[in-house]
Amino acid sequence: MKVERAAWCFVAPALLVIGVFFFVPVIAAFGASLTDFDLYALADIRNLRFVGFANYQRLLQLPEFWDALGHTLYFVVAGVPVSILASLTAALLLNSKLARCKPFFRTALFAPVVTTVVAMAVIWNYLFHTRYGWVNYALSGIGVHPIDWLGDPHWAMPTIILFAVWKNFGYNMIIFIAGLQSIPEDLYEAARIDGASYWQQFRFITWPCLAPTLLLVSMLTMAGYFQLFAEPYVMTQGGPLQSTVSVLYFMYDEGFKWWRVGSASAVAFLLFLLMFIVASVQLWLGRSEGKP
Amino acid sequence: MKQPIFVSAVVNFLLVAVAAITLFPLLWMLSVSLMAPGEASNYPPPLLPAHPTLTNYRELFAHAGMGRYLANSFGLATAATVISLTFNVMAGYAFAKLRFAGRERLFRVLLASLVIPAQVAMLPLFLMLKYLGLVNTYGGVIVPALAGIFGIFLVRQYALTIPDDLLEAARIDGAGEWRIFAVIVLPVLKPILVTLAIFTFLATWNDFMWPLIVLTDKDLYTLPVALAALSREHVQDNEMMMAGSVVTVLPVLLLFLVLQRYYIQGLLLGSVKG
Repeated sequence: MKVERAAWCFVAPALLVIGVFFFVPVIAAFGASLTDFDLYALADIRNLRFVGFANYQRLLQLPEFWDALGHTLYFVVAGVPVSILASLTAALLLNSKLARCKPFFRTALFAPVVTTVVAMAVIWNYLFHTRYGWVNYALSGIGVHPIDWLGDPHWAMPTIILFAVWKNFGYNMIIFIAGLQSIPEDLYEAARIDGASYWQQFRFITWPCLAPTLLLVSMLTMAGYFQLFAEPYVMTQGGPLQSTVSVLYFMYDEGFKWWRVGSASAVAFLLFLLMFIVASVQLWLGRSEGKP
Repeated sequence: MKQPIFVSAVVNFLLVAVAAITLFPLLWMLSVSLMAPGEASNYPPPLLPAHPTLTNYRELFAHAGMGRYLANSFGLATAATVISLTFNVMAGYAFAKLRFAGRERLFRVLLASLVIPAQVAMLPLFLMLKYLGLVNTYGGVIVPALAGIFGIFLVRQYALTIPDDLLEAARIDGAGEWRIFAVIVLPVLKPILVTLAIFTFLATWNDFMWPLIVLTDKDLYTLPVALAALSREHVQDNEMMMAGSVVTVLPVLLLFLVLQRYYIQGLLLGSVKG
């Protein structure tokens, strides 16, 4: 009995904080998404009306919302595979018995992960500067004309994707290295005795053994990439021609610029729903693949 | 024997190339921050400053309020780390080792809600803090960081390895639960405490969206928010913005370099076993 009382004292502070500052707002957000909560309701709560799913209906007919969703999906669909491929390649290189100075390389490759997004975005803006940036200077060496990376609607999103991959791949790299190290060495030895090439060893040992890690990594990365916000906010301010406005950016404008709280909450829930569906599909695919 | 030498050369060359890509922007940032104003806006872009100078840093601290932002970031990240560490460790230990009614169910609810992105709660949270008078205060910035489900989960995973006999023996000797926690549990949990402390510190330091929303008064800005605002004002001042980036990134980078063993351990504990 004494233990039970002590236990509640131990969990109470954390549960109180999480309950009041996370669970209550989440539930309130769902409630707000069913109302026309806006600037008028903010001034006087009596102006608040229940509107059912009208916010959701309106959003699903709003071209700006679909644009934001499209940009976010572009970022996720292009960014996640590139990011995972970079992580896996780096992990394979670092895990190779032939690699030298592993601790140095591991730290060097991981360093961008711990840096501040805003500061790095500022740097990338100058690296990709049309006139004075190193990227265009380097490309001019092979005869490519200067590209307006962040000012051209076709190039802005790819540049942001490149930035996100550079910033994040070290994280999954570490997880992949752990996954690679858990593969028994005997398997490779047996394969080498049978005369398997590097590629065959990768295809028939490394890849299948890495499947659970791959599922985990792709789910985590996907969830993170859906929450794109700081990169376009600093690098392009959503431009050029709104081509980098993500769903969260749209929500930020809708909620904190125009104070359409009801509509912005609906945006948040639509994003959550989408993330949830994508994660469930991944999990289902991962499980059905795992079965013989 | 020729094959491995060739492969080894390729592997190491690729590693050097990738490291160059990850480190170049960071080193270049440092180099440009030491250039005289306007020096970086040349073609071809200079690699090293002709005459290294601290002008940009002096300008930032003297006129742009950088010292203030640095202190804000430092104070907020430290406060959030200390408080959330206390709350998360207590809860994580209790979920692992102390029996109470509904423990498993409660923990499952917490775990399940990890899938809800924090941004869903942001608008009502903002309105709530506005009502409480916490908008545009330091308190408003750290309130959502005061406890975290992920932190509780991390501590719980680690605390599960504490043998029950150890705690039972202490109880038979007449030690109270708080005493057991302070004398026996905390020393065992030390590695995970360090890990969680770095995680929280870095996350609070680097956080952008929430402080951007809560803070309107410039004097309260954290470094990332201040840097974003400065970069919109000083589009032309490359050198100064690079110095600002150095000030923002250097503390967390150094912290990581010193404690990276703990950081990587925590990363693996949090994801692979989850």
